[in-house]
Amino acid sequence: MADNVKPRVRVPRSAVAGEAFEIKTLISHKMESGARKDSDGNTIPRSIIHHFSCDFNGENVIQAALEGAISTNPYIQFEASIEESGTFTFTWQDDDGSEYTDSKDITVG
Amino acid sequence: MQFTRRDTLVMGAGAAVATFMPLQVFADATEDASAEFAMGEAITDGGVELTAPEIAENGNTVPISVNAPGAVAVLILATGNPAPKVIGFNFGPRAGGQTASTRCRLAGTQDIVALAKMADGSVKRTSATVKVTIGGCGG
Repeated sequence: MADNVKPRVRVPRSAVAGEAFEIKTLISHKMESGARKDSDGNTIPRSIIHHFSCDFNGENVIQAALEGAISTNPYIQFEASIEESGTFTFTWQDDDGSEYTDSKDITVG
Repeated sequence: MQFTRRDTLVMGAGAAVATFMPLQVFADATEDASAEFAMGEAITDGGVELTAPEIAENGNTVPISVNAPGAVAVLILATGNPAPKVIGFNFGPRAGGQTASTRCRLAGTQDIVALAKMADGSVKRTSATVKVTIGGCGG
């Protein structure tokens, strides 16, 4: 398992119903692409976060399928629009099977 | 050893094939990924906005963003990378707009392609050229 994986999410505290707002996510991860070789010429095995999803009160906002071409500490920014107060949940899935989650509350009004 | 005219020609042709082969392979991989995403639909140009820097000094983190109003899914491909797929987005019912940004690795100067699948099943395409000063594949 990758060390020191720490998700960071920025969501506004409040929003206007039906109006789109920005969400920024960053997770610290080395994102080893599987294409690099070490000093002995052996291929370094791939170890990346391959899936990200964001849900609001159980409804999906966005899903992303990440590949080896995504930079270290993958950053994803997107927009959401909601009608009621609730909780955003963020999930990252690692190649090694571990899952990292974060959640943020938001109020409408 | 003496080179005959025939030997020289064969060697020249071999060198030319060896030089252009990797490019051809990458292009095919991009085609395959596009076809897989389009699922038999014709791909038309326009209708997607792809924002990428003209010149990226560091190929390890190149900021890219895509805006595809009305899309349900977006796929970003780097045509010059050993593996062309960069990221695929699927927009859910709570998405505020069909727009997303991320940072990617680019092996060298190349075209980035964004494909968007619209709600009616049609597939739109756009591309942008990025000049990369230092490649990001750690070669």
